[in-house]
Amino acid sequence: MGDPPPDPEPPSQPTSSRRSSQVSERRHSRELSRPQVSPLVPEELQQIPLGPQILRGSQEAPSNQSNLRGWPQRASLTPNENLVFQAEDPYVNPGFPAEVQPQAYLSEGGLQASQNGSLMLQQVQQSEGSLFQQLESTYQGPAADLPGQFTMYQREDLPLSLGTQHGPYMRDDPTLQFSPSELGFMSFNMELPEPEPRELAVQNAKAYLLQTSINSDLSLYEHLVNLLTKILNQRPEDPLFLLESLNRTTQWEWFHPKLDTLRDDPEMQPTYEMAERQKALFSRSGSGEGEQEMEEETAESPVPNIMEKAFYFEQAGVGLSSDESFRIFMALKQLVEQQPVHTCRFWGKVLGLSRSYLVAEVEFREGEEEAEEEEVDEMTEGGEGMEAHGEEEGDEDEDKAPDIVPKPTWKPPPVIPKEDSRIGTNRYLYFVCNEPGRPWMRLPHVTPIQIVQARKIRKFFTGYLDAPVISYPPFPGNEANYLRAQIARISAATHISPLGFYQFGEEEGDEEEEGGAGRDSYEENPDFEGIPVLELVDSMANWVHHTQHILPQGRCTWVNPLQKTEEEEELGEEEEKADEGVEEVEQEVGPPLLTPLSEDAEIMHMAPWTARLSCTFSPQYSVAVVRSNLWPGAYAYASGKKFENIYIGWGHKYSPENFNPSLPAPIQHEYPSGPDTIEMSDPTVDEEQALKAAQEQALAAAEEEEEDEEEDEDEDQDD
Amino acid sequence: MDAESLLLSLELASGSGQGLSPDRRAALLTSLMLVKRDYRFDRVLFWGRILGLVADYYIAQGLSEDQLAPRKTLYSLNCMEWSLLPPATKEMEIQTSVVRGRFMGDPSHEYEHTEPQKVNDGEKAFEEEVPIDKAVAVIPRGALFKTPFGPINVNRTFEGLSLSEAKKLSSYFHFREPVELKNKTLLEKAELDPSLDFMDSLEHDIPKGSWSVQMERGNALVVLRSLLWPGLTFYHAPRTKNYGYIYVGTGEKNLDLPFML
Repeated sequence: MGDPPPDPEPPSQPTSSRRSSQVSERRHSRELSRPQVSPLVPEELQQIPLGPQILRGSQEAPSNQSNLRGWPQRASLTPNENLVFQAEDPYVNPGFPAEVQPQAYLSEGGLQASQNGSLMLQQVQQSEGSLFQQLESTYQGPAADLPGQFTMYQREDLPLSLGTQHGPYMRDDPTLQFSPSELGFMSFNMELPEPEPRELAVQNAKAYLLQTSINSDLSLYEHLVNLLTKILNQRPEDPLFLLESLNRTTQWEWFHPKLDTLRDDPEMQPTYEMAERQKALFSRSGSGEGEQEMEEETAESPVPNIMEKAFYFEQAGVGLSSDESFRIFMALKQLVEQQPVHTCRFWGKVLGLSRSYLVAEVEFREGEEEAEEEEVDEMTEGGEGMEAHGEEEGDEDEDKAPDIVPKPTWKPPPVIPKEDSRIGTNRYLYFVCNEPGRPWMRLPHVTPIQIVQARKIRKFFTGYLDAPVISYPPFPGNEANYLRAQIARISAATHISPLGFYQFGEEEGDEEEEGGAGRDSYEENPDFEGIPVLELVDSMANWVHHTQHILPQGRCTWVNPLQKTEEEEELGEEEEKADEGVEEVEQEVGPPLLTPLSEDAEIMHMAPWTARLSCTFSPQYSVAVVRSNLWPGAYAYASGKKFENIYIGWGHKYSPENFNPSLPAPIQHEYPSGPDTIEMSDPTVDEEQALKAAQEQALAAAEEEEEDEEEDEDEDQDD
Repeated sequence: MDAESLLLSLELASGSGQGLSPDRRAALLTSLMLVKRDYRFDRVLFWGRILGLVADYYIAQGLSEDQLAPRKTLYSLNCMEWSLLPPATKEMEIQTSVVRGRFMGDPSHEYEHTEPQKVNDGEKAFEEEVPIDKAVAVIPRGALFKTPFGPINVNRTFEGLSLSEAKKLSSYFHFREPVELKNKTLLEKAELDPSLDFMDSLEHDIPKGSWSVQMERGNALVVLRSLLWPGLTFYHAPRTKNYGYIYVGTGEKNLDLPFML
């Protein structure tokens, strides 16, 4: 903080800048005042950087003070110079902003120094700002006077300063006193009133300060005005210490003025919009009968107690902050009101590049969602029907054409039908939104092919549901489908519960009918008493999966892809016969429902799950936390009779090896090579003639044989 | 994140889903105070948590007056007792780049790999932390300034980035010695302010797009997440002085990033 206020320094520069514009005058005045000036030169050179010296309380202060007092006398010394410089007045002021000459001129003949000194005196005398009063006063005395001088600066309008007797630039030296009249002629006789040199100096200095900087419209002068006004208005304690920060603040405020109250800050617009939307969350819907609503809500609401779960997860060090959790709770409430929801759960958060997804797992009430499903199915079936027609027509055309184009032997693999709602992978419906307050969007059901492809690719989510997923192998769908597929995979792999919380239904006869594929439904065990937390942490056998494992086929229950439905059989009978013998698909089996975690496969010698107590200091109150190593971001906690799963992460599986994208399929053969499709060279003339001769010989031989046979027959007949 | 504003920082960084449990927070607050006193640090940053299979490492860094001087790194298993991690040597760096896989959580666990020297889990922790730190420690533009004499100080008048600046990657710098600054063309350098722009910006990170910029909490918080080192979250509340970064993750680089973008 050793920077002195910049005020005193400019005067040295205007002197140098002025010098450059006044070469001719120098010569004039040189002639005039040479004998007087030379002894002054060394002293004046010292006097120029007067201000800083004074403020630093240097030892030269006394001499400088005497110098100062000497200036006004100096002013009267060289009237010719003054007059001469009067002519230059028009140049002086406007010319300044453009020129900032280095101080090389300081080293030149002493005349310049004196001239500039006189100019500055003129400026000082003519100064219009109390700022320059301060300049003078700073040059007057030691730094201790400064605070006193600042008090002068109480008004924003800068009054004209009267020419004061003392000025900053002169040394008190009686030998320097000359009367103007002794100096002789005046080269110019201008009509302007004779400005005293100090005033002129002040004007020049002020003009320099008013020049605007390259980057902005703000000039140093205005900035200092603002700064000092601010300081004087606010009167902070120890302003010198705060000077730097005040400096920056003033600058910033100049360029960022507070807009009027009528106009909103344009930058904050999206923030305000978001806040408005979230405010809508908090308003109660249908405000009419408050009491009845309260009763209804407390009775039964499908919205779970998010705050409680958030609390438990927080013990584990997982989860979003509490106000965010509350907002999610309000958003879920909104979802429940808008959709016919039977049960609802906060599934988690999937992070994306531009935006993230909050996912809610929802189960509709019976019969509610089928209407939408049918519409979707009709559309897809209609599309397929059109395609089938197209193929038939194409076949007919091809038969009519004389050239039979070889048909490709590649057939697309049979489409595996997706699972129905409420079964297997499509057991729950998922809604996503980007932020609480934004509308919830429903994700479509997942098809097996989407799951299969999702296993092969690895892409970040962008945050926009309709973004295409560009990958190889091409993903059949957009980001909404990819998200749904990943959600299905994560749910199947990481939704766990303590052993015994869920149990199978009591109908045991189902097992045989399903052909060993396992049960696919469970129900809560009313007798569940909770497993002690320590046991939960110790052994993975105390946790079970309660979602079905997804088979490699992409479904939870296996479907033989070769079993065609009736429609397909009609169309493809002929083809099927050709292929029957080739493919035999084995039934895919996965681990049954409610398998304990201890059966999970290891990842490269690494346990797939990590279990911890949430707090080692107080095991009796802590919560068992299980973290998945296969899907980083999947957590589950259990404490007493409560448990919950959550996923917060990027939505990708962990693999210790690098991701190897599938290579493109090998290039197919175009057509079977045969004599009619392979180019062969035409037979040459010799070959043709040889062939012809051979044919004639064969023909001749055949005729001879016939004749022989006829002769034999004739002979036989004769006999 | 600064140890002094730990609670607020954790709250703001919680958008990535990982944070600290209350008991850990309490332990950190007290122990980091003591660390600051014992090691005579100017500032102590809680760097983050490396998730191991058996236990987690908690990492803290201590800074001296000069913000860009090499930082001392401490680790702890229980947020109470902190030990200094030894500084990295080149050999160790090479060795740890070979060792792959997750952390165990046991500092004395030794990894085996083809080279005869074995690497300690503790050393590996440090080795992983150093490249992560070099790669992804982030600081907003204007938070530090460089004095003409060299040392870099915290800018006490930093009022935060504006909303429009906060969404641009160029307003954020790597919190480390600049590497690419000298490769800039003269034209670019002419626009830089030498007191503020003395570190590499995030804009030119390779691969492009390895940072995800998001606004959360209804536009009141800007969150940068690194996609190359998943788990690093940098948050900043625009127009306020709050900013910080935390790493909670497995300590592995996401080498599949080019496929995933």
